[in-house]
Amino acid sequence: MRFLKKSYVFLIFAFLYAPILVLIVFSFNESKSRANWDGFTLKWYMELFQDRQIMSALYYTLLIAVLSSIIATLIGVIASIGIFSMKKLPQSLVLNLNYLPILNPDIVTGISLMVLFIFMKMPLGFVTMLLAHITFNIPYVILSILPKLKQMNKHLYEAALDLGATPVEAFWKVILPEIMSGVITGFLLAFTLSLDDFVISFFTTGSGVNNLSIVIYGMARRGISPKINALSTLMFVSVLLLLIIVNFRMSKDNSERRTKIERNKENNRYLFNPGRDI
Amino acid sequence: MKKKWLASPYIVWMIIFIVVPVFLVLFYSVAEQTEDGWRLTADHFRRFVDPIYINVLIRSVVLALVSTVICLLLGYPMAAILASKEYSRKKIMYLLIVMPMWMNFLLRTYAWMTLLERNGVINSILSLLNLPAIDILYTNKAVVLGMVYNFLPFMILPIYSVLSKIDDSVIEAAQDLGGNNVTVFRRVVLPLSLPGVISGITMVFMPAVTTFVISRLLGGGQFMLIGNLIEQQFLSSGDWGFGSALSVIMMLLILASMGAMSRYEQENGGGALW
Repeated sequence: MRFLKKSYVFLIFAFLYAPILVLIVFSFNESKSRANWDGFTLKWYMELFQDRQIMSALYYTLLIAVLSSIIATLIGVIASIGIFSMKKLPQSLVLNLNYLPILNPDIVTGISLMVLFIFMKMPLGFVTMLLAHITFNIPYVILSILPKLKQMNKHLYEAALDLGATPVEAFWKVILPEIMSGVITGFLLAFTLSLDDFVISFFTTGSGVNNLSIVIYGMARRGISPKINALSTLMFVSVLLLLIIVNFRMSKDNSERRTKIERNKENNRYLFNPGRDI
Repeated sequence: MKKKWLASPYIVWMIIFIVVPVFLVLFYSVAEQTEDGWRLTADHFRRFVDPIYINVLIRSVVLALVSTVICLLLGYPMAAILASKEYSRKKIMYLLIVMPMWMNFLLRTYAWMTLLERNGVINSILSLLNLPAIDILYTNKAVVLGMVYNFLPFMILPIYSVLSKIDDSVIEAAQDLGGNNVTVFRRVVLPLSLPGVISGITMVFMPAVTTFVISRLLGGGQFMLIGNLIEQQFLSSGDWGFGSALSVIMMLLILASMGAMSRYEQENGGGALW
């Protein structure tokens, strides 16, 4: 029975990791075709950085991810405080609207935004893609921050005001530190969602502005260049290293056990985001 | 705190980028441009009632359902094994399930093309073992495989998290009361894990029924699934009216299945469990 269980777990992991293994192995393949193995090489890793198309896609992917997650976090923090102090009925109306981009299939979100941009006579490109990414990011930021606001002691802010702080000071010194973990979760969630998005970007971009997913999709039918394999191997390894470092640092500070458990919960939520589809 | 007005910038943003776009799609689905301007029409929806398009819808739902069932059959035992006491390295296992999702999903789906091709990796291994080759690329089977592959973690994780929260003493109590393993599973563990199963089903079915990428890469035809049909209306045929009507149908489909799921969840969330 124990053996049976072990082999079942092994088979499922083999299924999950087979394509990833293939991708990594083929990034070292001398031949350009995905069919045969012609020997080991590192040339795709060298050529990667000279490839204009891939480098421009990487640039736009990172730029859009950074900008959209920062802007979404700023709008999200302000909006969360506003929504939190709303009356019950308007609050639930706003929250339901906020859920719409999460529940709607990506293809519908992408198409409706494309229709909007064309309707407003905006040329599809960098700006429209950025606006689209901010739009689908804000709901996740708000949903990460609101629970923190609910946990916060209501009287903290009033106490700060009574002690002579201005509302702005009270925000920076009292509210923000209390909700900071939610803000960070929301920001990271927004960043990864933006980094990985294909469907919405596909419909809202144009005039040569592409992110990595769009370039990969365009290549897929003709055959993907091993340079892309090399790039994603590098990205996968860097995420892995980051994770090991974070984990190592987390297990080091045992003193803050409670916060560690909290942080774990948040990490899990951020790693595992149900709403997005493909 | 009386800071309601802080929400107003986002409310304006929502109206422009969430509410207006949905209404535009609704508008295009029932409007038609004539010489005298726009007029109301049901033509786009009537066009959908054609065996070709109905079949696309049926195929999308069937393939998504099949993938969901396979994910459940593969995922439940996996979640149960990982949640059992014997597994001590739970955190690592959890990470191992989540990690594949960090690699671009288009690329992972593309890698399946490499694996499944006639001269691909799997067939090379099979021929080494003197086994007959499999040729499923560009068929429905490959699309189902792609869906199961991409969405399996979404089934395992919610079931795992529910199962690992079940109090061991509940199971021991059931055993003490004379239940054998099958009875304990059927009467105690399964009902308790139902919320996880339901969110797993939702999280696999929704993206599977709306995908157009997996069917484009691993499937054969021009418009295999309703997602491909929508994409084609907007990007190649330029038929916004029909495309919008299809989007409205897709939204209704999602709303209907969400409604069905949440009702089931409520029924089971109450006293029915005990």
